[in-house]
Amino acid sequence: MTATVEEIQERAHTPLVMPRLPRVAPAIVGGIALALALLLVVLGMGVVGSAVVGVIAYLVALPLWSLFIEGRRGATDRMMTGLIWATFFVAVVPLVSLLWRVVSKGAGRIDGTFLSYSFFKTQIDQPVGIYHAIIGTLLITLGAAVISVPVGVMAAIYLVEYGKKNKLAKAITFLVDVMTGIPSIVAGLFAFALFTLLFGPAYVSGIGGSVALSLLMIPIVVRATEEMLMLVPDDLREASYALGTPKWKTIVRIVLPTALGGILTGITLAISRVIGETAPLLLIASATDRTNMNLFDGAMTTLPVLIYGQNVRGDAPAEAIAWGAAFILIIIVVVLNLLARIVGKIFAPKKG
Amino acid sequence: MTARTADIEDQPAAWASVRGGIGDRIFSGAALAAGLTILAALAGVFIFLLAKGATGFSKPAEVYGPHAESFLGYVFPLLVGTFTVSIIALVIAVPLAFGIALVISHYAPKWLSTPVAFVIDLLAAVPSVVYGLWGAFYLAKKLVPMHEWLHDTFGSWPVLGALFGEPNAAGKSWLTVGIVLAIMILPIITAITREVFSRTPRLNEEAALALGATRWEMIRMTVFPYSRSGMVSAVMLGLGRALGETMAVAMVLSVGFGLSWNIIATSSPTSIAANIALKYAERSADLLSVLVATGLVLFLLTFLVNFTARWIIGRSERRMAR
Repeated sequence: MTATVEEIQERAHTPLVMPRLPRVAPAIVGGIALALALLLVVLGMGVVGSAVVGVIAYLVALPLWSLFIEGRRGATDRMMTGLIWATFFVAVVPLVSLLWRVVSKGAGRIDGTFLSYSFFKTQIDQPVGIYHAIIGTLLITLGAAVISVPVGVMAAIYLVEYGKKNKLAKAITFLVDVMTGIPSIVAGLFAFALFTLLFGPAYVSGIGGSVALSLLMIPIVVRATEEMLMLVPDDLREASYALGTPKWKTIVRIVLPTALGGILTGITLAISRVIGETAPLLLIASATDRTNMNLFDGAMTTLPVLIYGQNVRGDAPAEAIAWGAAFILIIIVVVLNLLARIVGKIFAPKKG
Repeated sequence: MTARTADIEDQPAAWASVRGGIGDRIFSGAALAAGLTILAALAGVFIFLLAKGATGFSKPAEVYGPHAESFLGYVFPLLVGTFTVSIIALVIAVPLAFGIALVISHYAPKWLSTPVAFVIDLLAAVPSVVYGLWGAFYLAKKLVPMHEWLHDTFGSWPVLGALFGEPNAAGKSWLTVGIVLAIMILPIITAITREVFSRTPRLNEEAALALGATRWEMIRMTVFPYSRSGMVSAVMLGLGRALGETMAVAMVLSVGFGLSWNIIATSSPTSIAANIALKYAERSADLLSVLVATGLVLFLLTFLVNFTARWIIGRSERRMAR
């Protein structure tokens, strides 16, 4: 009997809640780790090295503190939380470094002549620019969009509206997913093989590049359109059928306008994805110093191919041109991404 | 108004046009044709690569250049290069991607997870040639001290030492390429794992928390088991991307033919894709067919990897739906 009383007294001393570190504990340890890293920088260690030491100090100190107060499980949790957040910051470092590099090296090279002259010199002291590559990029990407948008959107319509649940539609959906993983160089080889078999071994043209890019672009357009069409409520379709509207008219007049915002967003994002492709264009569109306005005849330079070409040359002026072109390319991609968001907002179905 | 009435009178059975009007047949036919075009394109890739590259498998020995005598001898070092850089990329990218996916799906508060996801999508938006430029002109130089440190520290160790032999003085090694590729495949792995992580049933998670699990224990006990197949296929999709990446490898790596375990060596074989980009300019018909043949090998390889990955995802989705 006495033992039970002792037990009860004992139990009274164990608290009902596990002891926890104060809420500000991570901030305190983080502050100390930051101070340590700054101290190391002041003492003359490299920025990257001190940052690594600071992060490690945080990842060791906080779990240790936690180990003494919260026990093993709490310490593991603290450490994993720290590690998982650290992964995000590790990924941000190269992105920031890359963007900073492109902006700081490229922005200075941009001016009116850089944008309005090509590499082709008619006089000895004529400045060079990337006009021909900008034209090439826009034309080839336009060609790719003209091929892939109808095919992609119609294929998605088949998958969602006509082929619901049948075997062919399932196979196409699956293969479209697999197609998103086709390496860009393989798409280039396909266009190269196709056009050289048809038109002779020395054939180069912009349209070949468009075909190669559309092979990469179609799966993205199909997936985006498919997802948007599936979001259109069936009530709308049924209401339209009930009024006696044929199916095709229902799709054109009711379903597509409802999903238009999302589809346009998807198409714009697909364009921004393929506009930076290099490898396929290297093979089939090749490169030239002149401005070529004809998509169906002769070599055509695009921005990515121009950047690659300057990288191969490797001297200082070439490097400067490469960074300048990379800056323009990044701007185009960013503008397309912003455009995608704005377009999605404008064409979003009206609510209420 | 009169036109309307006339229309209706023209079509005595209005419902017939709903079921099988001419417009409907044309439209559904066009949709079907577009769907079949995709299948045809995929088959076309295989057929045309085969038509152009079939002779490349068995050319006379001198076509395969100074370092190989047969197609196998030509493609094997390239395969080793392709897989080595891809595996280095995976080793770096997978833990990072899983961590970031967890930040987005479970750790970050809602107002923060959208910008975090946006930043990672931004990584995917950067063109590969810009990564190549950054890797060749900036990162490689920055990694030279790391190369030397790796060699000095681990170079004399028994097994690990083989990986870190004589370092490349310019930092243009398999390791550097692997790091660049890791950044490039990070977004796709993150996108897919974050999707499956966030699909974990809320009840399972809350049950674990209610039993007193810490957040990490909850993730280990409910999120990971539930998303295992999604994680596997995300890794495979990342592998598929890395295998086929061309420009970053072509621009960063200093190419050679020295097959060794040394991942920081000066002359490592390049990857299949990069080899095509580097050699196509010679435009000799024999070499081109060999290059197309290696492209066919790459296509089949990535097709297989992607096919398996998508199949695993599809199977797990069916299981979840049940």
